[in-house]
Amino acid sequence: MDKFGFAISKGRQIDWEANNRKVADFIRENEPSFKLCIACGGCTATCTAGKFTEFSLRELNILIHRGENTKPMNDLKKCMLCGKCTLVCPRGVNTRNVVFSARKAFQIFGDDAF
Amino acid sequence: MHFEPFIIPFNIGLYFILIYVVTRSIVWFMELSRPDKLRLQRGFFGKAFGQSLKEIFLESLIHRKILKTNPRLGYMHMSLAFGWFLLILFGTIEADVFGESHLNAPYKAIFFKFFNPDHGKTAFEAAYAFMMDFILAFILSGLLIAILKRFSTKAVGMKKTTKLKTIDKVALTSLWLIFPSRLIAESLTSGAYGTGSFLTGSLGSLLASFLPAREAAYPFWWLYSLSLGTFFVLLPLTRYLHIPTELFLIFMRNSGISTGDKAGTFSEVQVHSCSSCGICIDQCQLNSSAGINNIQSAYLMNAIRNNDDTGEIAQNCLLCGRCDLKCPVGIELSPIRMIQRRNGESQFNYANTWKGYFRNRQNQVVQKPTSGNAYDYLPEKDSENADVLYFAGCMTHLTPSIKNAMTTILDASGLNWSFIDENGGVCCGRPLMLAGQDKEARELINYNSQIIWKSGAHTLVTSCPICYKVFRESYYLDVEVLHHTQFINNLIEEGSVKMNFLNKRVTYHTPCELGRGSGVYDEPKDVIRHVARLESTGFDDENSLCCGGSLGNIKLSSVKRRKIAFDVTAELTKCNPDYVTTACPLCKKTLAQATSTRVADISELVAEAIVIPAAKKNKRQNLLVRQSAGII
Amino acid sequence: MGKHVVVIGGGTAGMEAAGQLAKEGFEVSLVEKEEETGGHIKDWYKLFPDRRNSSEIRDYLEKKVTSKSIRIMTGTYIEKFHSYRDGFSLFTQDGTELKADAVVVATGFDLFKSEKKEEYGYGIYDNVITSADLEAMFRKGKISMSDGMTPKTVGFVHCVGSRDEKAGNFYCSKLCCVTAVKQAIEVREHLPESKVFSFYMDMRMGGAYYEELYREAQEVWGINFIRGKVSEASESINNKIVIKVEDTLAGRPLKMELDMLVLMAGMEMSEGGNRIAALSGLKKGENRFFAPLDHHFANNLSNVKGVFFAGTCTAPMNITETISHARSAVSEVINYFNNTNS
Repeated sequence: MDKFGFAISKGRQIDWEANNRKVADFIRENEPSFKLCIACGGCTATCTAGKFTEFSLRELNILIHRGENTKPMNDLKKCMLCGKCTLVCPRGVNTRNVVFSARKAFQIFGDDAF
Repeated sequence: MHFEPFIIPFNIGLYFILIYVVTRSIVWFMELSRPDKLRLQRGFFGKAFGQSLKEIFLESLIHRKILKTNPRLGYMHMSLAFGWFLLILFGTIEADVFGESHLNAPYKAIFFKFFNPDHGKTAFEAAYAFMMDFILAFILSGLLIAILKRFSTKAVGMKKTTKLKTIDKVALTSLWLIFPSRLIAESLTSGAYGTGSFLTGSLGSLLASFLPAREAAYPFWWLYSLSLGTFFVLLPLTRYLHIPTELFLIFMRNSGISTGDKAGTFSEVQVHSCSSCGICIDQCQLNSSAGINNIQSAYLMNAIRNNDDTGEIAQNCLLCGRCDLKCPVGIELSPIRMIQRRNGESQFNYANTWKGYFRNRQNQVVQKPTSGNAYDYLPEKDSENADVLYFAGCMTHLTPSIKNAMTTILDASGLNWSFIDENGGVCCGRPLMLAGQDKEARELINYNSQIIWKSGAHTLVTSCPICYKVFRESYYLDVEVLHHTQFINNLIEEGSVKMNFLNKRVTYHTPCELGRGSGVYDEPKDVIRHVARLESTGFDDENSLCCGGSLGNIKLSSVKRRKIAFDVTAELTKCNPDYVTTACPLCKKTLAQATSTRVADISELVAEAIVIPAAKKNKRQNLLVRQSAGII
Repeated sequence: MGKHVVVIGGGTAGMEAAGQLAKEGFEVSLVEKEEETGGHIKDWYKLFPDRRNSSEIRDYLEKKVTSKSIRIMTGTYIEKFHSYRDGFSLFTQDGTELKADAVVVATGFDLFKSEKKEEYGYGIYDNVITSADLEAMFRKGKISMSDGMTPKTVGFVHCVGSRDEKAGNFYCSKLCCVTAVKQAIEVREHLPESKVFSFYMDMRMGGAYYEELYREAQEVWGINFIRGKVSEASESINNKIVIKVEDTLAGRPLKMELDMLVLMAGMEMSEGGNRIAALSGLKKGENRFFAPLDHHFANNLSNVKGVFFAGTCTAPMNITETISHARSAVSEVINYFNNTNS
């Protein structure tokens, strides 16, 4: 980023080329509706776990899409799989299966997800 | 009596299968847990013995359950099973009565006509021969249906039947060859000697008129023996293992053994008792409405037997219980599927050994990256003291009409009640369990249990059947757990509430988790009948359909759920009711998307019909006014 | 020319088409199922983007249909629809036959029934209303809650019944965002002490001067735009509406109580239009509106020769587009007659 373009603070940037999107690919294959998310935040708004702790499914989904896997891996276990998010989603994303598949992906890939 | 080489394949097959079945049964018996071993011993030598024999006769031979569900299919199974049994039974008697000695090797009975070609001349012999021919004809009629079924399932009254693997096809072919080859072999021999009855005799004379019958018969006796031998040798590798396994299963079940939460002998025996009859596929709405036809119970059993990865198959199921209800072998299909779902977390893995003739259990604990508790973030919660607790459930918060209706009803009851998840609570835990995550669910169960215990209540009322089921089955509570329809029914019976009659015609959709899942059929209907006219839909009680919303199926897309919901509401609105009623917030939401007829929860109807005495009407209002005025 | 055209639907599109047809010299029968013509425009207060009075449009349309060649039949609907090789025969509910050489279908739209989104509480909580209810309050000149008090905080929820797979409508109703902005400004105009919030998934300001209205809403009127889909509403102990929404741009859940919640109900194919579709064999698209023969260059033509579409019966559109669409329908009718004559 020095010949041309612009410099971004390295700690903050989402490095598209460097990021590993294996987990996102795995989820996309197992749950194609994952691609439909428009990040409206309805899921986070209704979330049962979100009432008690910091947990935003919208944010975790976006991070997974971008390949920023640290926060998702740590936070996804907070989900109670209650299904309210799936019932609210206007795009028809099967959010319950997204969480389920994501957890499985992290289990399978382990350190390979980073 | 000189030695005939063609009996060898049959003998090899027969002795092989007998030894195999005995060995396998002994292995299974040894693998039973100690309590189950005792149960089986007590059962075998007790009441269960007679009960089991009766069941073996009625189900394994006559196939009464299949006859009730699908007469043509039932006839097919019955003719093969019962017919073959009769053939063996009467054939053995035949050989002992009419043969040279009175205790013969099995082959003498099977190939009786070959060794006694002159038999059938006297009146009694002729009558006996007539009976044997009749039984053979009986079997062949069923065989015709079986062949037809492979080409046109509609002809047998089924929508779809099981797809077969190669080895199943080979075994099937040898099975199909047995009786026709017996027919031709016996006919040719009868034709050569001028004996035989209405079937073998007539066919025999016909064939003998243009063939050298005596010589032509010989290869068919070989074919008969070979097909029998092949069938017996392949039997343990195919679905036909269900024939001996089913007998063992019946004894075990009648001795009081049940599936439980973990894989074990009983689940193994059940898996092998599946005959792939296909009735579960026919019942399955994923098949008929959503076009998904590779995950039904028969396929799951197959996958488990073949040690395939069952992950996808096991998760893609509504867990509605319709297949459990109709399984003619009485296999606990849903519990076995749940075991597979939990398998992803830990437990036993099976490996096929001895070329697939045996399976060995290997312990394999799956490492999960998360250690410690997942829900440590849940806060300490104070409970209000109350006599009756109302737990709306997660889904009910998305159907506020139900919450409001229950608030009205609970207020009208005059009871000291508390809405414990009014501002949103912690999930009951069952959705986690349905996905196979029991350990995580247990954390939530413990948390909610604390709240319930601390309140000192004696009754817990919930609006969601999923919560209802888990409170009753997996929580260790000493309170009375009621679904809100049961609670309302109690109020009506006690005379605590008065209701007007709404002049409306309604149909009732039984939620899966409440009906088949928890056995609650009558109370909801009784409540409805107090306020409206209930009409039948043809899918009542245990035969009710699943709305498609199911939290039990984590894989199903919203498009396919809507398709199921459309088909279900079409049935529920056939008689043009004013409302479709249900007793589950998820069912309500799912069905409402698929019809323009109003879908209402039973509590809503009751709240509309309820007559609230003036003093009680303002109780909650008065409470609020006094609270905000700082009086209390 | 002696040709008779029946226009089904007496709203904006129907009236414009009827008036234009009369100008071109045709005999017109304008059939309207309600007791008055005017369609939805009767219910509007002021129109976006410039907030001019809707009555000006209404007056223009009424004047346009004042003509000897137009027979206006209110309180009338079509019960039978027969197509023949050389024309059509329509029967009204009282048995009157209308022989038509061409038909213009202008059956318009219905608003999404917000009770279907049960989690928002329309019909359950007292102070949850729709955009149509609010517009009626503007016309009366008084915005009040169910107990007669004036609301101090008002929230607008975008996309109710639109862009929502759960409501059965995948499409965007196009006009609700700019309507929400307009109504938000009007609330602030009527109640200068009020605080107004708008909860959106996207801000779709795709018309002339719409984006400028959005700027005005922020700059002049101080309306708060919060990006987040409201998942559910409930009532607090003092009858305020509590909403659950995530402020997605701040990345945190929002805790807020409102006096009044306004649901921006989307547009759907009208019931009248569905009836005509069933009677006439006209095709509907996947979005359940009428399907034009071609979206780009034959947007007024239908799958039945001699039947033309005008207005929102084909897709959500604003008044400008509706009037243009009606005029182009008339141009197609003229084309049709010229071609069949030669």
